[in-house]
Amino acid sequence: MSGPSLMDSLFQRTLEDLIKGLRQQLIGEQAFISKALEEIRKEIKSTDLSTKSTALLKLCYLSNLHFHDMSFAAFHALEVLSSPRFSHKKIAYHAISLSFHDSTPVLLLITNHLRKDLTSTNEFEVSLSLQCLSRIANVDLARDLTPEVFTLLSSNKLYVRKRAVAVVLRVFEKYPDSVRVCFKRLVENLENYDPQILSAVVGVFSELACKDPRSYLPLAPEFYKILVDSKSNWISIKVLKIFAKLAPLEPRLANRVVEPICDLMRKTGAKSLLFECVRTVVTSFSEYESAVRLAVGKIREFMVDEDPNLKYLGLHALSIVASKHLWVVSENKEVVIKSLSDPDPNIKIESLRLVMAMVSEHNVAEISKVLVNYALKSDPLFCNEILGSILSTCSRNVYEIIVDFDWYVSLLGEMSRIPHCQMGEEIENQLVDIGLRVKDVRLELVRVARDLLIDPALLGNSFLHRVLSAAAWVSGEYVEFSRNPLELMEALLQPRTSLLPPSIMAIYIQSAFKVLVFCLHTCFVRGGSTAGVSASASYESFDDLSVENGAGSTVAHGQTCTSAPITNESIVNLLKLVELALSPLLGSHDVEVQERARNLLGFVDLIKLEALNSSGQEENDSEQKGVEATKIIRLVHDAFSKELGPVSLSAQGKVPVPDGLTLNENLGDLETICSDIELPSSNTFSFGYPFEEKDVSSFSNLQIKEDSGQSNESTSLLAEHRKRHGLYYLPSGKSEVISNDYPPANDPALQGDNNDTASDLVKLTAESLVPKRKPNHSKPRPVVVKLDEADEKPVAVKHPESRDDSLSGAVRDILFGSEDILPTSSRSNLPSSNRKGKEKQHMITQVESKENVVGDGNSSSRRRKDHSHGKERRHRKKNAEERNETDRKEKESSSNHPRRQKSRQRAEEPLKVPPQTSVIPDFLL
Amino acid sequence: MGIRFILMVNKQGQTRLAQYYEWLTLEERRALEGEIVRKCLARNEQQCSFVEHRNYKIVYRRYASLFFLVGVDNDENELAILEFIHLLVETMDRHFGNVCELDIMFHLEKAHFMLEEMVMSGCIVETSKANILTPVQLLEKTS
Repeated sequence: MSGPSLMDSLFQRTLEDLIKGLRQQLIGEQAFISKALEEIRKEIKSTDLSTKSTALLKLCYLSNLHFHDMSFAAFHALEVLSSPRFSHKKIAYHAISLSFHDSTPVLLLITNHLRKDLTSTNEFEVSLSLQCLSRIANVDLARDLTPEVFTLLSSNKLYVRKRAVAVVLRVFEKYPDSVRVCFKRLVENLENYDPQILSAVVGVFSELACKDPRSYLPLAPEFYKILVDSKSNWISIKVLKIFAKLAPLEPRLANRVVEPICDLMRKTGAKSLLFECVRTVVTSFSEYESAVRLAVGKIREFMVDEDPNLKYLGLHALSIVASKHLWVVSENKEVVIKSLSDPDPNIKIESLRLVMAMVSEHNVAEISKVLVNYALKSDPLFCNEILGSILSTCSRNVYEIIVDFDWYVSLLGEMSRIPHCQMGEEIENQLVDIGLRVKDVRLELVRVARDLLIDPALLGNSFLHRVLSAAAWVSGEYVEFSRNPLELMEALLQPRTSLLPPSIMAIYIQSAFKVLVFCLHTCFVRGGSTAGVSASASYESFDDLSVENGAGSTVAHGQTCTSAPITNESIVNLLKLVELALSPLLGSHDVEVQERARNLLGFVDLIKLEALNSSGQEENDSEQKGVEATKIIRLVHDAFSKELGPVSLSAQGKVPVPDGLTLNENLGDLETICSDIELPSSNTFSFGYPFEEKDVSSFSNLQIKEDSGQSNESTSLLAEHRKRHGLYYLPSGKSEVISNDYPPANDPALQGDNNDTASDLVKLTAESLVPKRKPNHSKPRPVVVKLDEADEKPVAVKHPESRDDSLSGAVRDILFGSEDILPTSSRSNLPSSNRKGKEKQHMITQVESKENVVGDGNSSSRRRKDHSHGKERRHRKKNAEERNETDRKEKESSSNHPRRQKSRQRAEEPLKVPPQTSVIPDFLL
Repeated sequence: MGIRFILMVNKQGQTRLAQYYEWLTLEERRALEGEIVRKCLARNEQQCSFVEHRNYKIVYRRYASLFFLVGVDNDENELAILEFIHLLVETMDRHFGNVCELDIMFHLEKAHFMLEEMVMSGCIVETSKANILTPVQLLEKTS
């Protein structure tokens, strides 16, 4: 054995030596520590307990401050624990509470040590072991040591008792059945007048009440007494926390407590207690107006205080009030807005939250504008905080508060140009989402997208790439709204696009494809004399436009929609541009980019012939080929002009499962299938249906041709008619908007005074918080496509933890079940029948669980049967056992419970919910 | 669980004491302490002492070269925790006499012991300096 020699232990380094050495080492900290660890590993194997414990202490130090694993010493710690010397024990407990956890293998070996120390006569040993238990207790430890803890709960040594009270929290949490044993004694401690005990026990109850307040309602009288009598601020704060949880459950209790709390708020000099009163009132007593007014007064004092802590807390409290009483925020808006420029980022964020709480559909434009100006001036972090909250507020509930989408879209564009903006992803999502959902805004959207695309400077900012990808997609998808597709094309193919990541590059190329097809289509199919037969159905807006301008001829028609007319010449240039820009990309390393570039170039090759021919001379022999190219263009164009819709989150669920496909089947044998064949099942899976199911058919080219042929014919006739008799057509609202020169989204009047933003915002919010309609809503809110119920994100149903459940269940059993626990005299008028019943049921199941100790398999079915009989039995047996109930419980739990009890308890759970209203007695009040 | 952890960190960001009331692995601890130190030590005197972190709050206070950081649940009373930190410092001050970083370094176990007197299972159980120090001094005498 490589154990240490006597010399080693004689000259062992103490912890102090280690620390000094660590401070003076010259060989580097890591090297020094690993050397020390080596020593420790040797020393800890020593048979001499002092050597061992010193080694352990050093190890604790290194683990606590230098993150070195000490799990290897778990067993050694147990050895030191068995030492008769207190100082060794102390070190061992220290090590154990630092390093043990639920999966420490030797955890169970500690039970007997703990039991021995818990029953020791030395109060410090008891205290150490309680302390340790509070850190490491798991189910087994909690179960096995419950009797000892129970005894200590009424120890006559205060020092021990308060610790026993505190440890109960962990024991209850790990082993809810211990509630049946210990709860009564815990409640008894509530009546203790010693502040030490009281502060511990109130602390425990405030934690317990957090998890399940309802169970502790019957204890309200005790808490009330403590609240009124308490001299210690620590205790008062904890009791207030309990009442904050209890009051919303029982209005009579709230009625009773609100006055004392207000008294406390007026009288106390301690800021912490004052703040707790304020917080209690604003969270749980918000319907008591006078109390809220008092609290708001205090909040205001907090907010204008010099101390940043108080200021922060004031704002924080205000944001709690804001959810229920918005008037409070508008009353204090000056302070809130001033805090937007506080030096402390945390305070700024709090006030930002409050400003966002004030936003409504009437003032969203103004507030956003001012905030964006703030964002321009702030540091990057806060800037993005502002942008993020604007984005999330505006998009809430499918853009609920947005009326003027043109404005919002241009705001998005403006936000992405802010230098610190890092919200690219969110802006990208919203741009695309709005494009899909709101038809009327697409024109403005394309304009914004164009402005973004065309600016070569933006390509250099990697945070903006996501925004640009949205802009590219939008301008490709809705290119028919573009005023100048050629310009778009140049923007999409500009040399600086090489700065984009490949995934976005691919989107650019795809969009360029769409734009190119659109240009060709305009030029040859609609604009060209040969193919004037069928104006595509999807271009009604253009037809409208031309009607509006009174231009009859198709050539002029082309000119109105594009500032630069698409001529054959420009097409040729365009094709050249495409070839020039994309040829290098054929060698791209990214497959997506390469493939899309190849697609586009292939397409260009196909139609180049016609373009060149028709630009050169209009020969008859080329016409044959030209017609073919036109056909191709029309085909591709129709494929692109199918509108994409937003996809509902539950869309996948709507896809019918094909016959013969069982989704629930285990896929285990898939591996064997894969090994010999190449996934034969792949064609049983359908491609994801986009939104509308009829779209599926359009994947086949043939059908497209037929479809569009038919529909184009009728719509083109209609369009012809409209052109000829334009006068008799009512001007549609849409065209009216289009023909206007779009007013810039931001009112130029507001543009001037950017500097005095704070006062500006105050004024604006002041105006807009008065509920009046904004006069300049010239346009009605456009339709926003919502997918029925699907847009609501599936709310994860929160299942309360079963353990907590069983804990509160146990607590309820005790509190509602056996009234002799309630020490108050005023429990006379309780309707006791159902409580008795519950108690009985509880006893029955306990008896039964004893029966079930052997035989695990059929226990559950038997249990269920028992329950069905339970009711009858319950009525028969009455109060005989009630007397010795507690004794029985004690006995029972000191014998080792089988683990199964927990599951038993869960099974019984649904029966246990107490009928609230009838049980909550009047005595509270 | 009201208090989740108590840290003492010096100006350089080195941990001088770490007490956790829920189990974290060494790696989680290292990450957590790193994040917290980065967040809190960058703040100045004019800024408030509360920082939101993950799903809880950190209440901290600086005494000379040492930062006392306490991680608490969101509904814990921040000002009370500040008072608690102050109480802790006063208690140590009374025991060590003008406490400094070195005292805590060289008496780490004792500092832990004091904390254990004050906090159990994340609840503050003792707030009287005398009550906290009696056992500490008693044990010092016997050993």
